[in-house]
Amino acid sequence: MLVFAPVLIPLATALLCVFAATMPRLQKGVSLGGALALFLAGMALLRQVILHGPLTLVAGNWPAPFGIAFTADRLGVALVMIAALMVTIVVIWQHSDVDKAPDGPSLHPLLHGVVAGACGAFLTADLFNLYVWFEVALIASLGLLAQGGSLRQLDATLKYFALNLVGTLLLLTGVALLYGTTGQLNFLALSGAIAEQGNPLHLPLLGLLLIAFLVKAAAFPFFAWLPASYHTLPAPVLALFSALLSKIGICALIRLLCVVLVPAPAELLTMVGWIALLSMVTGVLGAAYHWDIRRILAFHSISQVGYMLLAIALASPVGDAAAIFFALHHSLVKAGLFLAAALVFRHTGQYDLRRIGGLYAAKPALAAMFLLLALSLVGIPPSSGFWGKYLIVKEGLAQGAYLWAGTALLVGGLTLYSMMKIWFEAFWKAHPNQNWQAPDGARLTPAYAGLAIVVAVAVIAGLFPEPLLNFAVAAADTLRGAGR
Amino acid sequence: MTWAVALAVGVVIAAGTWLALSRSLLRCLIGLALLGNGVNLLLFASGRLTVNLPPVIDAAESLLAKASNPLPQALVLTAIVISFALLCFSLVLAIRLLESAGHDDLALLRAAEPPANDATKPVLEEDR
Repeated sequence: MLVFAPVLIPLATALLCVFAATMPRLQKGVSLGGALALFLAGMALLRQVILHGPLTLVAGNWPAPFGIAFTADRLGVALVMIAALMVTIVVIWQHSDVDKAPDGPSLHPLLHGVVAGACGAFLTADLFNLYVWFEVALIASLGLLAQGGSLRQLDATLKYFALNLVGTLLLLTGVALLYGTTGQLNFLALSGAIAEQGNPLHLPLLGLLLIAFLVKAAAFPFFAWLPASYHTLPAPVLALFSALLSKIGICALIRLLCVVLVPAPAELLTMVGWIALLSMVTGVLGAAYHWDIRRILAFHSISQVGYMLLAIALASPVGDAAAIFFALHHSLVKAGLFLAAALVFRHTGQYDLRRIGGLYAAKPALAAMFLLLALSLVGIPPSSGFWGKYLIVKEGLAQGAYLWAGTALLVGGLTLYSMMKIWFEAFWKAHPNQNWQAPDGARLTPAYAGLAIVVAVAVIAGLFPEPLLNFAVAAADTLRGAGR
Repeated sequence: MTWAVALAVGVVIAAGTWLALSRSLLRCLIGLALLGNGVNLLLFASGRLTVNLPPVIDAAESLLAKASNPLPQALVLTAIVISFALLCFSLVLAIRLLESAGHDDLALLRAAEPPANDATKPVLEEDR
């Protein structure tokens, strides 16, 4: 039952929030309660998984390949924990007045809808069920995108909708054709059927699934939906999206290439490797062009997805562990950076770097927290980003993939350029208007508290990486073990 | 019968793709809906096409030899519901877009993404 909890709790919370729609205070309370309950369930599940290994539960107790199976392994549960942490922070953040989402009756149900879709996608062990969770997350995120109702937001929603829909349709096509040739949908049964049949037709079908997951992960050249929509979102929702949405694609990709396909065909892995390379470079160059903090950070998400794909493409236990570690690190750090950007906006009234400055003198605490997160994104030791990149580059060099590893290092340098651009323009230089003073906020505390939680977790993960690294290695081992 | 279904899938997906690439907002959304329905048809056909067979296995048999496969029917039902929900959402979105933008030309719809008229520096936008 515990395995279903990360899906049932957000769904139940969303439903209760709908019932409480006319009572905003009660709705906020229910929403916070649901978020905390999800966090506790995630902790309990994590403990079970660490003590006893992956837990599998089949709906309706059907025998193996027939029922819809949910498997809680280390990867899935860790991502569930990230989702729980982020949604808790979002609900707390809504009590502040820092670029918060408009308080409509549908906000909290939609937030928990996105979390339910994401958690379902992290835990399911069934290909068609994965499609369903993708769509749950998609439709809830569409609602959140369109909430503001301004022309910019509606325009962004349309682009997000059209491009993501093509991705899910590709996934559904792949599911239909794979079911037609193998008769299986369960990951493990599918893995066995593909290995047994050895049908050359499976390669293009798996390529179709791969492309669908790459669309979801916002990899080159399928990333257009991400920079077209992220910068129109209110800050807390943006942080939730950046922590969860691309990870849905990455998690599905890891499961496809590590659980369903053992060993994965070399053609697919090489393709992922080159796509990773192009994602890293295009993402970081796109970021270098922009001056709006949110746009810069959104493009960096594409570049960081490239690192995860590179780690997956290395197709070794260390590579998988690096991908998992990097995904967890990126969810936290990038969400934290978006939250820090929102506080910059609250203090200066602008997201564009050309119109702001002087925050280091005015708000030293915010400056320090931003710098910690930015250096972690770049990968300066000892930060969580350093350990992720160190593993990826080391494994790349060990496998003789010098071009891939070298590009990863070069992109790290360009990331430093972008982060220093934000640092110098927003914090270090004087404000363009000499008479500018940071306005006093009545309700800044919840926002600073939310940001401080993220920074604290990221810093601890950087200073004491060993437990998390061991966890990622164990997660990668169970993935590979599950496929055999 | 297989060739007829295969042809239908091909035609619907081709028509959907053609419409989805159109510059007109409504045509684009109808195209995406058609694409979804073409894929649904494909999903429906993935469990063999049978005529007038119940989805029940005889007591003496263990295979679906003389029965239709109920699983793709269940799957396609789910997929139809989801694509219908998305279609409804997209049509409401289209109405709102037509109201606020005043036109239905997708190439001119750049509210969230102002055109770049300088190769080195993006335009300064008002934040909201």
